[in-house]
Amino acid sequence: MDELTNVYVQESREQLAEMEARLLRLEQTPDDHDNINGIFRAAHTIKGGAGVVECHFIVTFTHFVENLLDSLRNSEIAVSPPLTTLLLECCDHMGNLIGVLAAQQAEPAADLLARGTALTLRLKEILDAVQPSTTGQSGIALHDDLVEVESYGGGVVNTDSWHISVRFGRNVLRGGMDPLSFIRYLGSLGEIIGIETIADAIPAAADMDPESCYLGFEIRLQTKATKADIENVFNFVSEECDLRILPPHSNVADYIRLLKELPEDPMRIGEMLVRCGALTQGEIDQGLQAQKTGSAATARECDQPPLGEILVESKVVHKEIVDAAIVKQTQIIEKKAHEAQLVRVHADKLDELIDLVGELVIAGASANLLALKSRQSELVEATSVLSRLVESIRDSALQLRMVQIGDTFTRFNRVVRDVAKELGKEIELSISGAETELDKTVVEKIGDPLMHLVRNSLDHGIESAAVRLERGKPACGRVSLNAYHDSGIIVIQVSDDGGGLNRERIRAKAIERELIQPGDTLSDNELVNLIFEPGFSTVEKVSKLSGRGVGMDVVRRNILSLRGTVEVSSVEGEGSTFTIRLPLTLAIIDGFLVGIEKASYVIPLDSVVECIEHKNLTGDRNFLNLRGEALPFVRLRELFETEGQAPARESIVVVQFSGQRAGIVVDQLMGEFQTVIKPLGRMFAHLRGIGGSTILGSGEVALILDVAALVNIVTRSEEERLLPHRNNPSFSALTSNSPAVQSGR
Amino acid sequence: MSTTQLLSLTQDLTIYHALEQKNKLLDALDSTDDLELDLLQVNQIDTAGLQLLILLKKEAQRTGKRLSIVAHSQSVRSVIDFCKLAAELGDPLVIPAAEAS
Repeated sequence: MDELTNVYVQESREQLAEMEARLLRLEQTPDDHDNINGIFRAAHTIKGGAGVVECHFIVTFTHFVENLLDSLRNSEIAVSPPLTTLLLECCDHMGNLIGVLAAQQAEPAADLLARGTALTLRLKEILDAVQPSTTGQSGIALHDDLVEVESYGGGVVNTDSWHISVRFGRNVLRGGMDPLSFIRYLGSLGEIIGIETIADAIPAAADMDPESCYLGFEIRLQTKATKADIENVFNFVSEECDLRILPPHSNVADYIRLLKELPEDPMRIGEMLVRCGALTQGEIDQGLQAQKTGSAATARECDQPPLGEILVESKVVHKEIVDAAIVKQTQIIEKKAHEAQLVRVHADKLDELIDLVGELVIAGASANLLALKSRQSELVEATSVLSRLVESIRDSALQLRMVQIGDTFTRFNRVVRDVAKELGKEIELSISGAETELDKTVVEKIGDPLMHLVRNSLDHGIESAAVRLERGKPACGRVSLNAYHDSGIIVIQVSDDGGGLNRERIRAKAIERELIQPGDTLSDNELVNLIFEPGFSTVEKVSKLSGRGVGMDVVRRNILSLRGTVEVSSVEGEGSTFTIRLPLTLAIIDGFLVGIEKASYVIPLDSVVECIEHKNLTGDRNFLNLRGEALPFVRLRELFETEGQAPARESIVVVQFSGQRAGIVVDQLMGEFQTVIKPLGRMFAHLRGIGGSTILGSGEVALILDVAALVNIVTRSEEERLLPHRNNPSFSALTSNSPAVQSGR
Repeated sequence: MSTTQLLSLTQDLTIYHALEQKNKLLDALDSTDDLELDLLQVNQIDTAGLQLLILLKKEAQRTGKRLSIVAHSQSVRSVIDFCKLAAELGDPLVIPAAEAS
């Protein structure tokens, strides 16, 4: 694929995403004209770009979409749910077509073509109903687009003159002022290189008041004067004229905006702009194609308003428009600067960099160790500087891969909308914490599990409107997505205000599936989390969306593979919340090195709260009093069944995970260590309490402790003891040595 | 209806006379199918006057009549020139030989 096509595909995808987001917003606010314009613009840009890369099937299809949007913008068609659904389908189809282009196929496959034709027919149907002539005309417009497309977009208009657009108020003449003299005076500031008189506002002869002023001018002025100077020219009539000034080198888009804002027919103003040299015909054509109908509607609205209204309008509008123009200009400058600061990098290159940084960290640790052994203070100093730099490199390299989760979240707007429609429920999605950053690979992999959870909430969580009303809840259900950082991990929550989980049904189902025994006592928390067990589904009817009994199981597996956890909490009748906890990154962490005998273990530093001395604790107690609080702990020596005697002085590392604290008893503390996480082989997949491995500076392997699992082991010890048949082998060693285990919570 | 009729304006085409000029011009256009306008003696023209000329032209177009300005005073010409309305008003600007040089 050549570079141009590549860029086109990428940009079109972005445009499509925006178009989709705006379409969804359209349902909420059908009257938002800016929004409709935005949708049109997106479709238009996609079509224009397709012309450039000569991808005709996209042009042909998008053209019809654009026509429809044009009518929509022109208020010829009202926004209705079926219409937005159709447009969203078109949006999808355009995405598919772009996929075809990306796959370098010459033509879309037969089924895609058929779908396109079907959609086109539906579009045409709507169009023909309002505007029989549209399709005919558009054939020509289509052609124009293909030719002129290069001049559209971010292009700066190629002249260095100011553009002044002025409409005088009706009362100017009566006030004794002659607009012409202002224009002449303007000429004294510089050179008027083009001027067009706009007389469209003159009403029919009978209605025309010869003492009112109906004229306006479009002026190209080449001058060194500032904007303020130009404005000063019109100072005397500033209250009574509508003045718009575009600085030299303005963007085409600004002129298009100008066209739109002016009360006259944009086609005519366009002509004027061409004639006075502001724009080329090509630029105008592009712009008008996009803006024609919208502003024509505006022109009709303000056809002949009463005199007073005009005055008020010109007073108010004037200021606002000037302000808006200034804001717009600065925005464009900022945007340009912003664009220049962004570099698109292939993800593979980034991954390679991270790998290399990982190796660098290991090599650096080894150099550090050797330097310490050599006892040469200069060498030690040099390596310590080096390792600090490596640390910075590591941090910024990882930062490169951080992306905001917002994009992933907003994708669900569409999902929620579609599913809600399908189920005949009324559901809104609220998103918070969209700016939370996490590793790119994590973001990519979290999409599927999130989708399952959201669908699950939509399908099973939210009740039908009737049931909701009966229960005294608002008819419109709410699903929320939230994300935030919490001590080195990221927490993502999917919650709904639906019916919540039915404990009894879960219990019955679990017994039926032999996940638990009828006599088992389970904590509430354990009970609801049974839904993550394989083959568990409480809904009798298998629906299209979820409920095949694999969803939750898959969710948990996916999240575990990201070294994360998922759990659910639920209040019956009020809703459920699924909480996913994920590590920020999958590659490198700050670790805390501890030792048992000769073996080293790494505890993720983010989870370490403090280290305390552990002296003469009797061997059979598994909790201690830490400043008045019971702290359960686990002896690593016992957990991993290490040979040998514990030293007289042990240390306890207090770790924290999801609000629960636990102690880990170790022989020695060895300090901070940058840890490159190497996954354990599949052989060790069943290991509990170990999250991975790493290589120390000495070349030895150290195991990384899975704090989440350890905390679980410790805090659940009592429940585990009460339910011996569910015990896990690694845990039995622990409990057998401690008969008097108490709950740590 | 009569054939070509010539109307010579002698007054200034300014705001001060705009009302009466308007009626005069429109009446003249009403009474004929082909109006010729002589503006040679118009010493001053301002925005209001310019507007009237445009109105007249529009009105003529609307009713399918012919309106031509057959002679311009210097000030009229300069205003029309300045506003780039020569094509709009559709008349050859006759530049007197003396001034052209």
